[in-house]
Amino acid sequence: MELVQMQKSLQDYTKSLFLDGVLDSQFLQLQQLQDESNPDFVSQVVTLFFQDSDRILNDLSLSLDQQVVDFKKVDPHVHQLKGSSSSIGAQRVKNACVVFRSFCEQQNVEGCHRCLQQVKQEYYLVKNRLETLFKLEQQIVASGGMIPAMELGF
Amino acid sequence: MAEVMRSETLNISNNTSSLASPELLHVLAVDDSIVDRKFIERLLRVSSCKVTVVDSATRALQYLGLDGDNNSVGFEESSAFREIPVVIMSSENILPRIDRCLEEGAEDFLLKPVKLADVKRLRDSLLKAEERVFKNIMHKRELEANDIFSQLKRAKI
Repeated sequence: MELVQMQKSLQDYTKSLFLDGVLDSQFLQLQQLQDESNPDFVSQVVTLFFQDSDRILNDLSLSLDQQVVDFKKVDPHVHQLKGSSSSIGAQRVKNACVVFRSFCEQQNVEGCHRCLQQVKQEYYLVKNRLETLFKLEQQIVASGGMIPAMELGF
Repeated sequence: MAEVMRSETLNISNNTSSLASPELLHVLAVDDSIVDRKFIERLLRVSSCKVTVVDSATRALQYLGLDGDNNSVGFEESSAFREIPVVIMSSENILPRIDRCLEEGAEDFLLKPVKLADVKRLRDSLLKAEERVFKNIMHKRELEANDIFSQLKRAKI
């Protein structure tokens, strides 16, 4: 595939993530912090997010599987995930966490189980999309090209 | 005989030298989220701040030597540490809580997710505040110097 074609594909793909609400403007903040001195900043932060989220989701599954659910343990985890997803612009994950927290407040175990599934779904979605995005970027860089700056008209 | 001048320990020297250098603020950032720590560290570096990042309040106090265990630095609580501006960061927009933080002495409040513009705005306002403090101190010193000069003149030294 030609370089120009790849760059266009990347731009279109990134745009679709914003239009679908998978990412929000906070992701642009991340990109703004990337430059020649820190060319991998975005992927570094996102990788940290993946590792951290895997841990949190695992802890959440364990906590919700207990005979007696300790919501004092569950809520801080959800709060953390809400925070980190918000910081990188993973909008849908964040929104799912907000709903999750309200069920924690109500101490609704079944509701929390459903929320956990929803959060996991959104998380795997954004993880998949971002991994694809990074692959597209790598292909461009490997072909000697530059990552085009995001231009959003909306 | 000239009156003995009171000695004051002021951090003026730090200020004057740092006014010339690009890194004007050293920020101690505290956050228990590894993602946010990475993010805020970069945000602050890009905004020309020197950054130290810790993961808890305990570690922050240890870093400042205020953890009570090893007060070998010799600072007491009522020292220059009181002058350090504290900025609160939170993802929760709970106004009564924010008001309380400000009443208790916080300099400012940043709502997460933090943006580059927020840090730039904060940095500018902190530097302006520091400049005001610096000017006040210099003015005060000038008045003291004039005062002593007058006394010396009267004593005909």
